[in-house]
Amino acid sequence: MTLARRIIPCLDVDAGRVVKGVEFAGLRDMGDPEQLAARYNREGADELILLDIAASRAGRATFLETVRRVAQQLNIPFTAGGGIRRLEDGNAVLRAGADKVTVNTAAVERPELISELAAQFGSQAVVLSMDVKKTNTGWEVFIRGGAESSGRDAAAWAHEGVARGAGEILLTSIDRDGTCSGFDCGLTAAIAAQVSVPVIASGGAKTFDDFLAVFDEGHADAALAASIFHTAEHSIGALKTFLAGRGVPVRLSR
Amino acid sequence: MKVSIIDYGAGNLPSVERALRCLGAETECVTKPEQVATARALILPGVGHFSAFVTGLRERNLTAVLRQALAGGIPLLGICLGLQAMFSSSAEAPGEAGLDLIHDNVQALPTNVKSPHIGWNQLRRLRKGILLREIPDDAYFYFAHSYAAAVSELHTAAACDHGFPFTAVLEQENLMAVQFHPEKSGEAGSRVLRNFLEWVR
Repeated sequence: MTLARRIIPCLDVDAGRVVKGVEFAGLRDMGDPEQLAARYNREGADELILLDIAASRAGRATFLETVRRVAQQLNIPFTAGGGIRRLEDGNAVLRAGADKVTVNTAAVERPELISELAAQFGSQAVVLSMDVKKTNTGWEVFIRGGAESSGRDAAAWAHEGVARGAGEILLTSIDRDGTCSGFDCGLTAAIAAQVSVPVIASGGAKTFDDFLAVFDEGHADAALAASIFHTAEHSIGALKTFLAGRGVPVRLSR
Repeated sequence: MKVSIIDYGAGNLPSVERALRCLGAETECVTKPEQVATARALILPGVGHFSAFVTGLRERNLTAVLRQALAGGIPLLGICLGLQAMFSSSAEAPGEAGLDLIHDNVQALPTNVKSPHIGWNQLRRLRKGILLREIPDDAYFYFAHSYAAAVSELHTAAACDHGFPFTAVLEQENLMAVQFHPEKSGEAGSRVLRNFLEWVR
């Protein structure tokens, strides 16, 4: 009896379409969110994350509609976020059918947001998303889609976020995101050692060995990827069979 | 057959509703005491804080009628917090009384493991029950909780381990409950809901 390591496909959406950028820039259309969600649900994904990358006020209604439509396709856990600034934003996303909500920039600017969401919906529904980049001073948290330094140390921020009630950390390496050079195992291990909640590693996944490394060396509880699954370069089922063969506990669907 | 899902003002009702409808069940969300009293089968879903849950039931005057309905033998399936609510109390909200149908207390997960316990885990069957019928022994279910009830010979049909062995499936006469989320547990979870529906029929 073991808690399985999770494989989580991520849909970055903009105006109702799935997009993918390289190092947070240069967007490319990757398909329809409902169709991709249904495929991942079928292929044995352990969870699905949907992120509104533009996160604009104007695009809010469209995003919530996407959340609603994607939720209909799933019988696995579903996390949504992007542009969650207030309690009401979180409530709207959960009411649209998500099980958990992610917070990022707004939580850095006003950390009470985490506490408010956790008090209302429980820690299990609050995922602190952190975009991290290596700088001269160490691992630093960046905000506004990776455009701006927050001046916060990643480990300290993870620690504070959990103390405020975040139930999971979604940790994205800006340096690795979209580069296909593998997860940042050092960063992941450093944050995992710092917090008492599960850590989802994100950014840089390319090969099956990258996933093996982030579980073995990075001590990740879950690993997230987008483009390699969207392009059908790798199927989730084949990845999980590979991991199971290497001794990683995963949920294999029959 | 119609199942009545108790809406106490929180919790993820739509996904539970959708999962049941996919299995051909008719569902209604109930908020009034008379709806609870006349239900054929009840679902008590639950996400959130124990005290919000207890308060939500109380504000809708559902506590007494629910206890009465269950004492009268109406089948109930509790999900996640819906399992914990059946107990006398929870460490999550000391001083708040639960439904007190199971005379024990819900505990916090120990501090030596990651908490919340979030993710897919397996079960250990303690007896031949109803909810896990025809589900492979090594099936995974999705958990998301920070509190849990200790294993008891009286009501635990299956246990899970996370820091300590806890009740993952509870079956005691007409009271059934699962600590995991069947509506989020893929095929295996769907089978749990189907087993409940078939048992009620």
